[in-house]
Amino acid sequence: MTARVAARPSGPGWILLAIAVAWIGLTILTPLALVFSEAVRKGWSAYLTAIVEPDALSAIKLTLLVAAIAVPLNAVFGVAAAWTVTKFEFRGKALLLSLIDLPFSLSPVISGLVWVLLFGANGWFGPLLNKWGIQVIFNVTGIVLATVLVTFPFVARELIPLMQSQGTDEELAAITLGAGGWSTFWRVTVPNIRWGLLYGVLLCNARAMGEFGAVSVISGHIRGQTNTMPLHVEVLYNDYNIGAAFAVASLLAGLALVTLAAKSALEWRIARADLNAIGG
Amino acid sequence: MTTVRAAFAWRRPSVIPGFGPAMGFTLFYLTMIVLIPLAALALRPWEHGVAGVWKTLSDDRVLAALRLSFGAALIASALNVVMGVIVAWALVRYRFPGKGLVDAAVDLPFALPTAVAGIALATLYGPHGWIGGLFFPLGIKIAYTPLGVLIALIAVGLPFVVRTVQPILAEAEVEIEDAAATLGATQWQWFSRVLLPALTPAVITGFSLAFARAVGEYGSVIFIAGNMPMRSEIAPLLIVTKLEQFDYAGAAAIGLAMLVLSFAALMVINGLQLVAARRGSAR
Repeated sequence: MTARVAARPSGPGWILLAIAVAWIGLTILTPLALVFSEAVRKGWSAYLTAIVEPDALSAIKLTLLVAAIAVPLNAVFGVAAAWTVTKFEFRGKALLLSLIDLPFSLSPVISGLVWVLLFGANGWFGPLLNKWGIQVIFNVTGIVLATVLVTFPFVARELIPLMQSQGTDEELAAITLGAGGWSTFWRVTVPNIRWGLLYGVLLCNARAMGEFGAVSVISGHIRGQTNTMPLHVEVLYNDYNIGAAFAVASLLAGLALVTLAAKSALEWRIARADLNAIGG
Repeated sequence: MTTVRAAFAWRRPSVIPGFGPAMGFTLFYLTMIVLIPLAALALRPWEHGVAGVWKTLSDDRVLAALRLSFGAALIASALNVVMGVIVAWALVRYRFPGKGLVDAAVDLPFALPTAVAGIALATLYGPHGWIGGLFFPLGIKIAYTPLGVLIALIAVGLPFVVRTVQPILAEAEVEIEDAAATLGATQWQWFSRVLLPALTPAVITGFSLAFARAVGEYGSVIFIAGNMPMRSEIAPLLIVTKLEQFDYAGAAAIGLAMLVLSFAALMVINGLQLVAARRGSAR
Protein backbone atom coordinates (compact mmCIF):
# COMPACT_ATOMS: atom_id res chain seq x y z
CA MET A 1 0.00 0.00 0.00
CA THR A 2 1.15 3.50 -0.77
CA ALA A 3 -0.58 5.07 2.20
CA ARG A 4 1.12 8.11 3.62
CA VAL A 5 -0.08 10.15 6.54
CA ALA A 6 -1.79 13.24 5.15
CA ALA A 7 -0.19 16.52 6.18
CA ARG A 8 -1.64 19.48 8.01
CA PRO A 9 -2.47 22.14 5.44
CA SER A 10 -0.24 25.20 5.20
CA GLY A 11 -0.64 28.59 3.50
CA PRO A 12 -2.58 28.18 0.26
CA GLY A 13 -3.50 24.70 1.42
CA TRP A 14 -5.84 26.25 3.97
CA ILE A 15 -7.67 28.11 1.22
CA LEU A 16 -8.14 24.96 -0.86
CA LEU A 17 -9.30 23.02 2.17
CA ALA A 18 -11.74 25.77 3.13
CA ILE A 19 -13.17 25.83 -0.39
CA ALA A 20 -13.55 22.03 -0.42
CA VAL A 21 -15.28 21.86 2.96
CA ALA A 22 -17.51 24.86 2.19
CA TRP A 23 -18.54 23.30 -1.13
CA ILE A 24 -19.48 19.98 0.46
CA GLY A 25 -21.35 21.89 3.15
CA LEU A 26 -23.22 24.00 0.63
CA THR A 27 -24.10 21.40 -2.01
CA ILE A 28 -24.54 18.27 0.11
CA LEU A 29 -24.90 18.88 3.84
CA THR A 30 -27.19 21.94 3.73
CA PRO A 31 -29.93 20.22 1.66
CA LEU A 32 -29.68 17.19 3.95
CA ALA A 33 -30.02 19.34 7.07
CA LEU A 34 -32.99 21.10 5.50
CA VAL A 35 -34.82 17.78 4.99
CA PHE A 36 -34.69 16.95 8.69
CA SER A 37 -35.33 20.49 9.85
CA GLU A 38 -38.44 20.86 7.64
CA ALA A 39 -39.64 17.39 8.66
CA VAL A 40 -39.93 18.25 12.34
CA ARG A 41 -40.73 21.96 11.99
CA LYS A 42 -44.39 21.48 12.89
CA GLY A 43 -43.51 19.27 15.84
CA TRP A 44 -43.08 15.58 16.44
CA SER A 45 -46.76 14.71 16.51
CA ALA A 46 -47.28 16.19 13.03
CA TYR A 47 -44.21 14.23 11.93
CA LEU A 48 -45.60 10.95 13.27
CA THR A 49 -49.05 11.62 11.82
CA ALA A 50 -47.55 12.12 8.37
CA ILE A 51 -45.74 8.79 8.59
CA VAL A 52 -48.49 6.56 10.01
CA GLU A 53 -51.22 8.01 7.80
CA PRO A 54 -52.69 5.16 5.62
CA ASP A 55 -51.41 6.46 2.25
CA ALA A 56 -47.93 6.85 3.69
CA LEU A 57 -48.00 3.37 5.21
CA SER A 58 -49.15 1.83 1.96
CA ALA A 59 -46.35 3.70 0.14
CA ILE A 60 -43.82 2.33 2.63
CA LYS A 61 -45.18 -1.20 2.16
CA LEU A 62 -45.09 -0.93 -1.63
CA THR A 63 -41.51 0.37 -1.56
CA LEU A 64 -40.42 -2.54 0.64
CA LEU A 65 -42.25 -5.03 -1.58
CA VAL A 66 -40.71 -3.69 -4.79
CA ALA A 67 -37.21 -3.75 -3.30
CA ALA A 68 -37.82 -7.28 -1.95
CA ILE A 69 -38.50 -8.51 -5.49
CA ALA A 70 -36.10 -6.38 -7.55
CA VAL A 71 -32.99 -6.66 -5.38
CA PRO A 72 -32.84 -10.51 -5.16
CA LEU A 73 -33.46 -10.76 -8.92
CA ASN A 74 -30.56 -8.45 -9.68
CA ALA A 75 -28.39 -10.15 -7.06
CA VAL A 76 -28.88 -13.56 -8.71
CA PHE A 77 -28.21 -11.99 -12.09
CA GLY A 78 -25.12 -10.24 -10.73
CA VAL A 79 -23.64 -13.50 -9.45
CA ALA A 80 -24.47 -15.39 -12.68
CA ALA A 81 -23.07 -12.62 -14.87
CA ALA A 82 -19.92 -12.25 -12.78
CA TRP A 83 -19.40 -16.04 -12.79
CA THR A 84 -19.78 -16.13 -16.58
CA VAL A 85 -17.51 -13.19 -17.24
CA THR A 86 -14.72 -13.86 -14.74
CA LYS A 87 -14.39 -17.65 -14.67
CA PHE A 88 -14.47 -18.28 -18.42
CA GLU A 89 -12.82 -16.97 -21.56
CA PHE A 90 -15.10 -16.47 -24.53
CA ARG A 91 -15.59 -14.23 -27.54
CA GLY A 92 -17.83 -11.23 -27.21
CA LYS A 93 -17.01 -10.71 -23.54
CA ALA A 94 -16.34 -7.00 -24.01
CA LEU A 95 -19.72 -6.60 -25.71
CA LEU A 96 -21.46 -8.46 -22.89
CA LEU A 97 -19.73 -6.21 -20.33
CA SER A 98 -20.84 -3.04 -22.06
CA LEU A 99 -24.41 -4.33 -22.36
CA ILE A 100 -24.43 -5.04 -18.61
CA ASP A 101 -23.30 -1.44 -17.98
CA LEU A 102 -25.77 0.03 -20.45
CA PRO A 103 -28.61 0.77 -17.97
CA PHE A 104 -26.22 3.11 -16.09
CA SER A 105 -26.33 5.50 -19.03
CA LEU A 106 -30.11 5.52 -19.38
CA SER A 107 -32.12 8.41 -18.03
CA PRO A 108 -34.48 7.10 -15.31
CA VAL A 109 -37.35 8.42 -17.39
CA ILE A 110 -36.21 6.29 -20.34
CA SER A 111 -36.01 3.26 -18.04
CA GLY A 112 -39.69 3.79 -17.31
CA LEU A 113 -40.64 4.81 -20.84
CA VAL A 114 -39.44 1.55 -22.43
CA TRP A 115 -41.90 -0.49 -20.35
CA VAL A 116 -44.78 1.77 -21.38
CA LEU A 117 -43.70 1.27 -25.02
CA LEU A 118 -44.00 -2.49 -24.47
CA PHE A 119 -46.97 -2.82 -22.13
CA GLY A 120 -48.88 0.49 -22.25
CA ALA A 121 -52.32 0.91 -23.83
CA ASN A 122 -50.59 1.62 -27.18
CA GLY A 123 -47.67 -0.70 -26.40
CA TRP A 124 -46.42 -3.64 -28.44
CA PHE A 125 -47.88 -6.22 -26.06
CA GLY A 126 -50.28 -4.01 -24.07
CA PRO A 127 -53.51 -4.63 -26.04
CA LEU A 128 -52.93 -8.40 -26.19
CA LEU A 129 -52.23 -8.70 -22.46
CA ASN A 130 -55.20 -6.46 -21.74
CA LYS A 131 -57.45 -8.88 -23.60
CA TRP A 132 -56.26 -11.60 -21.24
CA GLY A 133 -56.91 -9.31 -18.30
CA ILE A 134 -53.24 -8.82 -17.50
CA GLN A 135 -52.24 -5.30 -16.54
CA VAL A 136 -48.55 -4.42 -16.31
CA ILE A 137 -48.54 -0.63 -16.39
CA PHE A 138 -49.97 1.37 -13.47
CA ASN A 139 -49.41 -1.52 -11.14
CA VAL A 140 -46.82 -3.32 -9.05
CA THR A 141 -45.50 -5.42 -11.96
CA GLY A 142 -44.60 -2.30 -13.93
CA ILE A 143 -42.99 -0.64 -10.92
CA VAL A 144 -40.89 -3.77 -10.31
CA LEU A 145 -39.82 -3.95 -13.98
CA ALA A 146 -38.78 -0.29 -14.02
CA THR A 147 -36.88 -0.71 -10.74
CA VAL A 148 -35.15 -3.87 -11.99
CA LEU A 149 -33.94 -2.06 -15.11
CA VAL A 150 -32.66 0.95 -13.19
CA THR A 151 -30.74 -1.17 -10.67
CA PHE A 152 -29.73 -3.86 -13.19
CA PRO A 153 -25.90 -3.42 -13.14
CA PHE A 154 -25.39 -2.66 -9.43
CA VAL A 155 -24.48 -6.13 -8.08
CA ALA A 156 -22.73 -7.30 -11.26
CA ARG A 157 -20.59 -4.13 -11.29
CA GLU A 158 -19.37 -4.78 -7.73
CA LEU A 159 -18.71 -8.50 -8.24
CA ILE A 160 -16.97 -8.47 -11.63
CA PRO A 161 -13.82 -6.56 -10.60
CA LEU A 162 -13.70 -8.44 -7.29
CA MET A 163 -13.93 -11.90 -8.89
CA GLN A 164 -11.56 -10.82 -11.65
CA SER A 165 -8.91 -10.02 -9.07
CA GLN A 166 -9.51 -13.32 -7.25
CA GLY A 167 -9.00 -15.32 -10.43
CA THR A 168 -9.91 -18.99 -10.81
CA ASP A 169 -7.11 -20.71 -8.85
CA GLU A 170 -9.18 -21.62 -5.80
CA GLU A 171 -12.07 -22.99 -7.85
CA LEU A 172 -9.66 -24.96 -10.05
CA ALA A 173 -7.99 -26.41 -6.96
CA ALA A 174 -11.32 -27.46 -5.44
CA ILE A 175 -12.49 -29.09 -8.66
CA THR A 176 -9.19 -30.84 -9.27
CA LEU A 177 -9.46 -32.28 -5.77
CA GLY A 178 -12.85 -33.69 -6.72
CA ALA A 179 -15.37 -31.16 -5.48
CA GLY A 180 -18.58 -30.78 -7.49
CA GLY A 181 -19.64 -27.58 -9.22
CA TRP A 182 -22.25 -26.49 -6.68
CA SER A 183 -20.17 -27.32 -3.65
CA THR A 184 -17.24 -25.40 -5.16
CA PHE A 185 -19.53 -22.45 -5.72
CA TRP A 186 -21.02 -22.46 -2.22
CA ARG A 187 -17.89 -23.37 -0.26
CA VAL A 188 -15.17 -21.59 -2.23
CA THR A 189 -16.65 -18.77 -4.31
CA VAL A 190 -19.43 -17.51 -2.06
CA PRO A 191 -17.25 -17.08 1.04
CA ASN A 192 -14.76 -15.17 -1.10
CA ILE A 193 -17.31 -12.78 -2.53
CA ARG A 194 -19.78 -12.41 0.33
CA TRP A 195 -18.71 -8.93 1.44
CA GLY A 196 -18.59 -7.65 -2.11
CA LEU A 197 -21.99 -9.20 -2.76
CA LEU A 198 -23.42 -7.57 0.33
CA TYR A 199 -21.93 -4.24 -0.78
CA GLY A 200 -23.58 -4.53 -4.18
CA VAL A 201 -26.91 -5.56 -2.65
CA LEU A 202 -26.76 -2.58 -0.30
CA LEU A 203 -26.25 -0.06 -3.12
CA CYS A 204 -28.83 -1.82 -5.28
CA ASN A 205 -31.35 -1.66 -2.46
CA ALA A 206 -30.77 2.03 -1.77
CA ARG A 207 -31.38 2.85 -5.41
CA ALA A 208 -34.37 0.50 -5.66
CA MET A 209 -36.12 2.10 -2.69
CA GLY A 210 -35.30 5.64 -3.76
CA GLU A 211 -35.98 5.38 -7.50
CA PHE A 212 -38.25 8.15 -8.68
CA GLY A 213 -38.11 8.94 -12.40
CA ALA A 214 -38.59 5.45 -13.85
CA VAL A 215 -41.28 4.54 -11.35
CA SER A 216 -43.02 7.89 -11.81
CA VAL A 217 -43.45 7.25 -15.54
CA ILE A 218 -44.99 3.85 -15.05
CA SER A 219 -46.96 3.97 -11.80
CA GLY A 220 -49.98 6.12 -12.68
CA HIS A 221 -49.71 7.79 -9.26
CA ILE A 222 -52.74 6.08 -7.76
CA ARG A 223 -52.67 7.12 -4.13
CA GLY A 224 -52.71 4.27 -1.62
CA GLN A 225 -52.19 1.80 -4.48
CA THR A 226 -49.29 2.48 -6.80
CA ASN A 227 -47.42 5.18 -4.94
CA THR A 228 -43.98 4.26 -3.65
CA MET A 229 -42.35 6.43 -0.98
CA PRO A 230 -40.60 8.80 -3.42
CA LEU A 231 -43.86 9.19 -5.39
CA HIS A 232 -45.78 9.84 -2.19
CA VAL A 233 -43.26 12.58 -1.37
CA GLU A 234 -43.97 14.17 -4.74
CA VAL A 235 -47.75 14.00 -4.29
CA LEU A 236 -47.58 15.59 -0.83
CA TYR A 237 -45.19 18.29 -2.02
CA ASN A 238 -47.37 19.18 -5.01
CA ASP A 239 -50.38 19.36 -2.65
CA TYR A 240 -48.45 22.01 -0.66
CA ASN A 241 -48.39 19.56 2.24
CA ILE A 242 -44.73 20.47 2.71
CA GLY A 243 -44.30 19.26 6.29
CA ALA A 244 -45.66 15.80 5.50
CA ALA A 245 -43.61 15.61 2.29
CA PHE A 246 -40.42 16.27 4.24
CA ALA A 247 -41.47 13.85 6.98
CA VAL A 248 -41.68 10.97 4.47
CA ALA A 249 -38.57 12.32 2.72
CA SER A 250 -36.69 12.18 6.02
CA LEU A 251 -37.29 8.41 6.15
CA LEU A 252 -35.68 8.08 2.73
CA ALA A 253 -32.84 10.38 3.77
CA GLY A 254 -32.40 8.18 6.86
CA LEU A 255 -32.19 5.14 4.58
CA ALA A 256 -29.46 6.91 2.59
CA LEU A 257 -27.50 7.67 5.76
CA VAL A 258 -27.81 4.09 7.02
CA THR A 259 -26.69 2.85 3.60
CA LEU A 260 -23.62 5.09 3.70
CA ALA A 261 -22.76 4.01 7.24
CA ALA A 262 -23.10 0.33 6.33
CA LYS A 263 -21.05 0.97 3.19
CA SER A 264 -18.22 2.51 5.21
CA ALA A 265 -18.32 -0.43 7.64
CA LEU A 266 -18.21 -2.88 4.72
CA GLU A 267 -15.34 -1.04 3.03
CA TRP A 268 -13.40 -1.32 6.25
CA ARG A 269 -14.20 -5.03 6.40
CA ILE A 270 -13.24 -5.64 2.79
CA ALA A 271 -9.96 -3.78 3.27
CA ARG A 272 -9.23 -5.90 6.33
CA ALA A 273 -10.15 -9.11 4.48
CA ASP A 274 -7.74 -8.09 1.71
CA LEU A 275 -4.97 -7.45 4.23
CA ASN A 276 -5.61 -10.84 5.83
CA ALA A 277 -5.52 -12.50 2.42
CA ILE A 278 -2.17 -10.85 1.69
CA GLY A 279 -0.82 -11.58 5.15
CA GLY A 280 -1.99 -15.19 5.22
CA MET B 1 -18.82 -33.44 -33.06
CA THR B 2 -19.12 -30.30 -35.12
CA THR B 3 -21.14 -28.57 -32.40
CA VAL B 4 -18.45 -29.33 -29.85
CA ARG B 5 -15.77 -27.91 -32.09
CA ALA B 6 -17.90 -24.84 -32.78
CA ALA B 7 -18.36 -24.28 -29.07
CA PHE B 8 -14.62 -24.52 -28.52
CA ALA B 9 -14.03 -22.01 -31.27
CA TRP B 10 -15.72 -19.22 -29.37
CA ARG B 11 -14.79 -20.17 -25.86
CA ARG B 12 -11.67 -21.55 -24.31
CA PRO B 13 -12.33 -24.92 -22.60
CA SER B 14 -12.29 -24.89 -18.82
CA VAL B 15 -12.69 -27.51 -16.11
CA ILE B 16 -14.80 -25.07 -14.10
CA PRO B 17 -18.43 -26.13 -14.57
CA GLY B 18 -21.51 -23.98 -14.92
CA PHE B 19 -20.72 -22.03 -18.06
CA GLY B 20 -23.92 -23.12 -19.81
CA PRO B 21 -26.44 -22.29 -17.07
CA ALA B 22 -24.67 -19.09 -15.97
CA MET B 23 -24.28 -17.76 -19.50
CA GLY B 24 -27.81 -18.88 -20.36
CA PHE B 25 -29.39 -17.11 -17.43
CA THR B 26 -27.25 -14.00 -17.97
CA LEU B 27 -28.28 -13.71 -21.61
CA PHE B 28 -31.94 -14.51 -20.89
CA TYR B 29 -32.20 -11.90 -18.15
CA LEU B 30 -30.24 -9.34 -20.16
CA THR B 31 -32.57 -9.88 -23.12
CA MET B 32 -35.77 -9.61 -21.08
CA ILE B 33 -34.78 -6.61 -18.97
CA VAL B 34 -32.50 -4.59 -21.23
CA LEU B 35 -32.47 -5.67 -24.87
CA ILE B 36 -36.20 -6.07 -25.65
CA PRO B 37 -37.13 -2.80 -23.91
CA LEU B 38 -34.33 -0.97 -25.71
CA ALA B 39 -35.43 -2.50 -29.01
CA ALA B 40 -38.81 -0.87 -28.39
CA LEU B 41 -37.05 2.45 -27.80
CA ALA B 42 -35.05 2.07 -31.00
CA LEU B 43 -37.98 1.00 -33.22
CA ARG B 44 -41.06 2.82 -32.01
CA PRO B 45 -40.03 6.38 -32.95
CA TRP B 46 -40.25 5.44 -36.66
CA GLU B 47 -43.94 4.51 -36.63
CA HIS B 48 -44.84 7.63 -38.58
CA GLY B 49 -41.70 7.39 -40.67
CA VAL B 50 -38.65 9.61 -40.66
CA ALA B 51 -40.95 12.58 -41.13
CA GLY B 52 -42.67 11.79 -37.81
CA VAL B 53 -39.37 11.73 -35.94
CA TRP B 54 -38.29 14.94 -37.67
CA LYS B 55 -41.55 16.63 -36.77
CA THR B 56 -41.14 15.70 -33.10
CA LEU B 57 -37.50 16.66 -32.85
CA SER B 58 -37.64 19.88 -34.86
CA ASP B 59 -40.35 21.27 -32.60
CA ASP B 60 -39.05 24.41 -30.90
CA ARG B 61 -40.13 23.23 -27.47
CA VAL B 62 -38.29 19.89 -27.88
CA LEU B 63 -35.17 21.61 -29.18
CA ALA B 64 -35.22 24.06 -26.26
CA ALA B 65 -35.55 21.16 -23.80
CA LEU B 66 -32.69 19.21 -25.38
CA ARG B 67 -30.53 22.33 -25.41
CA LEU B 68 -31.24 22.95 -21.73
CA SER B 69 -30.62 19.33 -20.68
CA PHE B 70 -27.33 19.04 -22.57
CA GLY B 71 -26.16 22.62 -21.99
CA ALA B 72 -26.81 22.61 -18.25
CA ALA B 73 -25.24 19.12 -17.97
CA LEU B 74 -22.12 20.40 -19.73
CA ILE B 75 -21.76 23.47 -17.50
CA ALA B 76 -22.57 21.56 -14.30
CA SER B 77 -20.07 18.77 -15.09
CA ALA B 78 -17.35 21.29 -15.98
CA LEU B 79 -17.87 23.05 -12.66
CA ASN B 80 -17.92 19.69 -10.90
CA VAL B 81 -14.56 18.82 -12.44
CA VAL B 82 -13.01 21.92 -10.86
CA MET B 83 -14.70 21.49 -7.46
CA GLY B 84 -14.28 17.70 -7.54
CA VAL B 85 -10.53 17.94 -8.05
CA ILE B 86 -10.26 20.48 -5.21
CA VAL B 87 -12.29 18.23 -2.87
CA ALA B 88 -10.31 15.12 -3.86
CA TRP B 89 -7.06 17.04 -3.36
CA ALA B 90 -8.12 18.21 0.12
CA LEU B 91 -9.19 14.69 1.10
CA VAL B 92 -5.99 13.05 -0.14
CA ARG B 93 -3.48 15.62 1.02
CA TYR B 94 -4.65 17.17 4.23
CA ARG B 95 -5.40 16.01 7.71
CA PHE B 96 -8.15 17.99 9.40
CA PRO B 97 -10.87 17.52 12.01
CA GLY B 98 -14.09 16.13 10.53
CA LYS B 99 -12.29 14.62 7.55
CA GLY B 100 -14.09 11.29 7.89
CA LEU B 101 -17.43 13.06 7.81
CA VAL B 102 -16.55 15.12 4.74
CA ASP B 103 -15.27 12.01 2.98
CA ALA B 104 -18.47 10.10 3.73
CA ALA B 105 -20.66 13.07 2.76
CA VAL B 106 -19.21 13.02 -0.77
CA ASP B 107 -21.11 9.79 -1.46
CA LEU B 108 -24.45 11.13 -0.27
CA PRO B 109 -25.72 12.17 -3.73
CA PHE B 110 -25.24 8.52 -4.81
CA ALA B 111 -27.46 7.29 -1.99
CA LEU B 112 -30.01 10.07 -1.50
CA PRO B 113 -33.20 9.50 -3.51
CA THR B 114 -33.53 12.12 -6.22
CA ALA B 115 -37.03 13.20 -5.17
CA VAL B 116 -35.69 14.00 -1.69
CA ALA B 117 -32.84 16.03 -3.12
CA GLY B 118 -35.36 17.68 -5.45
CA ILE B 119 -37.77 18.99 -2.84
CA ALA B 120 -34.87 19.95 -0.55
CA LEU B 121 -33.17 22.02 -3.27
CA ALA B 122 -36.45 23.61 -4.36
CA THR B 123 -37.15 24.69 -0.78
CA LEU B 124 -33.56 25.77 -0.11
CA TYR B 125 -33.29 27.95 -3.22
CA GLY B 126 -36.92 29.07 -3.29
CA PRO B 127 -37.76 32.75 -2.60
CA HIS B 128 -38.23 32.01 1.11
CA GLY B 129 -35.49 29.39 1.43
CA TRP B 130 -32.30 29.57 3.49
CA ILE B 131 -30.25 30.42 0.38
CA GLY B 132 -32.90 31.60 -2.09
CA GLY B 133 -34.12 34.08 0.54
CA LEU B 134 -30.71 35.77 0.55
CA PHE B 135 -30.75 36.34 -3.20
CA PHE B 136 -34.42 37.10 -3.71
CA PRO B 137 -34.26 40.65 -2.24
CA LEU B 138 -31.40 41.37 -4.68
CA GLY B 139 -33.72 40.51 -7.55
CA ILE B 140 -32.04 37.17 -8.27
CA LYS B 141 -34.38 34.22 -8.65
CA ILE B 142 -32.71 30.80 -8.47
CA ALA B 143 -35.50 28.25 -8.10
CA TYR B 144 -37.93 27.95 -11.02
CA THR B 145 -35.35 29.25 -13.53
CA PRO B 146 -32.65 27.56 -15.67
CA LEU B 147 -30.24 28.51 -12.86
CA GLY B 148 -32.20 26.15 -10.61
CA VAL B 149 -31.70 23.32 -13.13
CA LEU B 150 -27.97 24.01 -13.03
CA ILE B 151 -27.89 23.97 -9.20
CA ALA B 152 -29.61 20.57 -9.13
CA LEU B 153 -27.22 19.07 -11.69
CA ILE B 154 -24.23 20.42 -9.77
CA ALA B 155 -25.55 18.80 -6.60
CA VAL B 156 -25.85 15.31 -8.14
CA GLY B 157 -22.59 15.25 -10.13
CA LEU B 158 -19.85 15.96 -7.58
CA PRO B 159 -19.17 12.40 -6.30
CA PHE B 160 -18.51 11.07 -9.81
CA VAL B 161 -15.49 13.34 -10.19
CA VAL B 162 -14.22 13.03 -6.61
CA ARG B 163 -14.39 9.24 -6.58
CA THR B 164 -12.60 8.77 -9.90
CA VAL B 165 -9.90 11.37 -9.20
CA GLN B 166 -9.25 10.54 -5.53
CA PRO B 167 -7.53 7.12 -5.94
CA ILE B 168 -5.36 8.35 -8.83
CA LEU B 169 -4.35 11.40 -6.82
CA ALA B 170 -3.51 9.27 -3.79
CA GLU B 171 -1.27 7.05 -5.87
CA ALA B 172 0.26 9.76 -8.01
CA GLU B 173 1.13 12.17 -5.27
CA VAL B 174 3.15 9.72 -3.20
CA GLU B 175 5.04 8.09 -6.02
CA ILE B 176 5.59 11.04 -8.26
CA GLU B 177 5.98 13.95 -5.89
CA ASP B 178 8.88 12.28 -4.14
CA ALA B 179 10.61 11.50 -7.41
CA ALA B 180 10.05 14.98 -8.79
CA ALA B 181 11.21 16.65 -5.59
CA THR B 182 14.44 14.67 -5.47
CA LEU B 183 15.10 15.60 -9.07
CA GLY B 184 14.71 19.28 -8.18
CA ALA B 185 11.44 20.21 -9.93
CA THR B 186 9.63 23.31 -8.75
CA GLN B 187 6.08 23.01 -7.46
CA TRP B 188 4.64 24.43 -10.66
CA GLN B 189 6.71 22.13 -12.87
CA TRP B 190 5.65 19.20 -10.75
CA PHE B 191 2.02 20.20 -11.06
CA SER B 192 1.93 20.95 -14.78
CA ARG B 193 4.36 18.33 -16.05
CA VAL B 194 3.81 15.45 -13.65
CA LEU B 195 0.50 15.61 -11.83
CA LEU B 196 -1.72 17.03 -14.55
CA PRO B 197 -0.91 14.42 -17.24
CA ALA B 198 -1.36 11.63 -14.70
CA LEU B 199 -4.67 13.06 -13.58
CA THR B 200 -6.20 13.98 -16.94
CA PRO B 201 -7.64 10.55 -17.86
CA ALA B 202 -9.36 10.25 -14.46
CA VAL B 203 -10.71 13.79 -14.73
CA ILE B 204 -12.14 13.02 -18.17
CA THR B 205 -13.74 9.81 -16.89
CA GLY B 206 -15.24 11.67 -13.93
CA PHE B 207 -16.52 14.38 -16.23
CA SER B 208 -18.19 11.90 -18.57
CA LEU B 209 -19.85 10.00 -15.70
CA ALA B 210 -21.18 13.23 -14.20
CA PHE B 211 -22.29 14.40 -17.63
CA ALA B 212 -24.15 11.18 -18.46
CA ARG B 213 -25.94 11.30 -15.14
CA ALA B 214 -26.80 15.00 -15.48
CA VAL B 215 -28.23 14.72 -19.00
CA GLY B 216 -30.87 12.22 -17.91
CA GLU B 217 -31.46 13.55 -14.41
CA TYR B 218 -35.13 13.96 -13.54
CA GLY B 219 -36.09 13.72 -9.87
CA SER B 220 -33.75 16.31 -8.42
CA VAL B 221 -34.46 18.75 -11.26
CA ILE B 222 -38.23 18.91 -11.80
CA PHE B 223 -39.08 20.41 -8.40
CA ILE B 224 -36.61 23.28 -8.64
CA ALA B 225 -36.90 23.84 -12.41
CA GLY B 226 -40.36 25.39 -12.56
CA ASN B 227 -40.76 23.50 -15.85
CA MET B 228 -41.68 26.45 -18.05
CA PRO B 229 -41.85 25.40 -21.72
CA MET B 230 -39.02 26.90 -23.82
CA ARG B 231 -37.28 28.13 -20.69
CA SER B 232 -36.77 25.69 -17.83
CA GLU B 233 -38.24 22.46 -19.15
CA ILE B 234 -35.81 19.52 -19.34
CA ALA B 235 -35.94 16.82 -22.02
CA PRO B 236 -36.90 13.92 -19.70
CA LEU B 237 -39.94 15.92 -18.56
CA LEU B 238 -41.05 16.32 -22.17
CA ILE B 239 -40.97 12.52 -22.51
CA VAL B 240 -43.36 12.29 -19.57
CA THR B 241 -45.60 14.95 -21.13
CA LYS B 242 -45.72 13.12 -24.49
CA LEU B 243 -46.58 9.86 -22.72
CA GLU B 244 -49.43 11.53 -20.87
CA GLN B 245 -50.81 12.55 -24.29
CA PHE B 246 -50.40 8.91 -25.45
CA ASP B 247 -47.88 10.10 -28.06
CA TYR B 248 -45.69 7.00 -27.66
CA ALA B 249 -43.76 7.55 -30.90
CA GLY B 250 -42.98 11.14 -29.91
CA ALA B 251 -41.87 10.14 -26.40
CA ALA B 252 -39.68 7.38 -27.84
CA ALA B 253 -38.20 9.79 -30.41
CA ILE B 254 -37.07 12.19 -27.67
CA GLY B 255 -35.73 9.30 -25.59
CA LEU B 256 -33.81 7.89 -28.53
CA ALA B 257 -32.45 11.32 -29.44
CA MET B 258 -31.20 11.82 -25.87
CA LEU B 259 -29.52 8.42 -25.92
CA VAL B 260 -27.88 8.94 -29.31
CA LEU B 261 -26.71 12.46 -28.39
CA SER B 262 -25.22 11.37 -25.09
CA PHE B 263 -23.44 8.41 -26.70
CA ALA B 264 -22.06 10.77 -29.34
CA ALA B 265 -20.88 13.12 -26.59
CA LEU B 266 -19.30 10.25 -24.66
CA MET B 267 -17.53 9.05 -27.81
CA VAL B 268 -16.02 12.51 -28.32
CA ILE B 269 -14.95 12.48 -24.66
CA ASN B 270 -13.44 9.00 -25.05
CA GLY B 271 -11.57 10.25 -28.10
CA LEU B 272 -10.16 13.11 -26.03
CA GLN B 273 -9.15 10.59 -23.40
CA LEU B 274 -7.21 8.55 -25.99
CA VAL B 275 -5.42 11.68 -27.15
CA ALA B 276 -4.64 12.59 -23.53
CA ALA B 277 -3.38 9.09 -22.78
CA ARG B 278 -1.15 9.12 -25.86
CA ARG B 279 0.26 12.49 -24.91
CA GLY B 280 0.81 11.31 -21.35
CA SER B 281 2.73 8.24 -22.48
CA ALA B 282 4.73 10.22 -25.06
CA ARG B 283 6.37 12.29 -22.37
